[in-house]
Amino acid sequence: MNINELIEITEGTLLTEPIDCSKTIRGGCGADLMSDVLASIQPDAVLLTGLCNPQVVRTSQMSDVAAIVFVRGKTPPEETIQLANEECIPLITSPYGMFELSGRLFQAGLPSFERPISDN
Amino acid sequence: MANSPSDNSRRFQNKVITDELAGNITRVEELAYILQIEDVMTRDIKTLTPDNTMLDLLEVLKQYHVSGVPIIDDSTKELVGLVSTEDLIKCLANDDAKAPIKSYMATDLITVKTYDFLTEALKKFSRTKVGRLPVLDKEEKLVGIITKGDITNGILRALEKEYQEEEVRRYRASHLFEDIESDRSSLILRYNIAHYDFTSGGKASSNIKRALLRLGANAQLARRVGIAIYEAEMNLIIHTSNGGSIHVEIEPTQISVYVWDNGPGIEDVELALKPGYSTATEEVRELGFGAGMGLVNISRCVDEMDLQSEWGTGTHLTLKIYLKGEDIFGEGYQKRQGEDNES
Repeated sequence: MNINELIEITEGTLLTEPIDCSKTIRGGCGADLMSDVLASIQPDAVLLTGLCNPQVVRTSQMSDVAAIVFVRGKTPPEETIQLANEECIPLITSPYGMFELSGRLFQAGLPSFERPISDN
Repeated sequence: MANSPSDNSRRFQNKVITDELAGNITRVEELAYILQIEDVMTRDIKTLTPDNTMLDLLEVLKQYHVSGVPIIDDSTKELVGLVSTEDLIKCLANDDAKAPIKSYMATDLITVKTYDFLTEALKKFSRTKVGRLPVLDKEEKLVGIITKGDITNGILRALEKEYQEEEVRRYRASHLFEDIESDRSSLILRYNIAHYDFTSGGKASSNIKRALLRLGANAQLARRVGIAIYEAEMNLIIHTSNGGSIHVEIEPTQISVYVWDNGPGIEDVELALKPGYSTATEEVRELGFGAGMGLVNISRCVDEMDLQSEWGTGTHLTLKIYLKGEDIFGEGYQKRQGEDNES
């Protein structure tokens, strides 16, 4: 799935500068706890989150997230958008909730990119 | 009018460049304002005189594979006309091949100067129907000719050069350890982290990850080290009294990370290492941290982790990542080690 398809399925709005839209999204992850994201997400996933601070972008940069979708129509503060522009990570805001968005993306063929956190 | 070529302020003349507009300017458009005509024009040109015949023109066009020839006055050596394939067709239609060039050449010439920027030529190409522009120097002497093809090639060459420069930079960084010989080389990166500075939180780890990639680390290694240091960096921001520092020592076969702070320290180290245990405040949790997974996460990303802490004194966290096979920085280093072993 590419960024344009992601925007279409989430009925979202791109908040960052238009960038390389050929980037491939291979899976999805939904979380509000950044430690969970760092511990469980696999590279090239879309991150669905309700958290809007710049740490979302830092976390995403560290874990090679392909795009971030803010759920429930949330819009992040300017500093988050600015950092995302610097790091070339697309930010999208969607009116739908985390549950609905996960369903839509899963149905569109996107697998879960969340690993279990416990070691055993 | 004749501005000097070095007068860069002329580059964007008559244009108000707002931040927004600047953001939308592509590198190609920018190059059209940076490259000068003389950078891309064809210099080695064949000329004819007004008294040459149209048959002479036919020969030149055939021999040099060009579609237009500038006409120079024999005595004054000045550019007086331009004749193209189109003029030759007209002449042949009149069955007039022996006529002198002066009766068919164009004399109302549109020219550009060597020191003009490419935009000047592009403007003239789009406003008129000409396919080539004679290029004059400061003394109005013909020194070259420029076509749309020359512009395309010139811009491509410039882009290629820039690309190569970036490649060279990356190449140099990735060969750091083989270029510099010592008994034990290492690169140390130092960062100071301020307490409760959530705005810059992650900046240090971000820079470290970028440095590792430049040094030639693969994406997986950079990600692993980046995540570990990011968690450690957030711990300094959240849990210390005065912040702390991160030192990353990069060697060809290992990466060592030292994270220090001077307090308050961890009361129960064993408990702190338990997944889910956290002392973070509600405020920190709202920021998405404090799940009690930080140290667990770090230990999973690195090969060795050592946590020393004393309540009231501070905490020392040491991380080691051992590089094997293709992860080793600097191919030459690896090779040299191999040769040493053989001898």
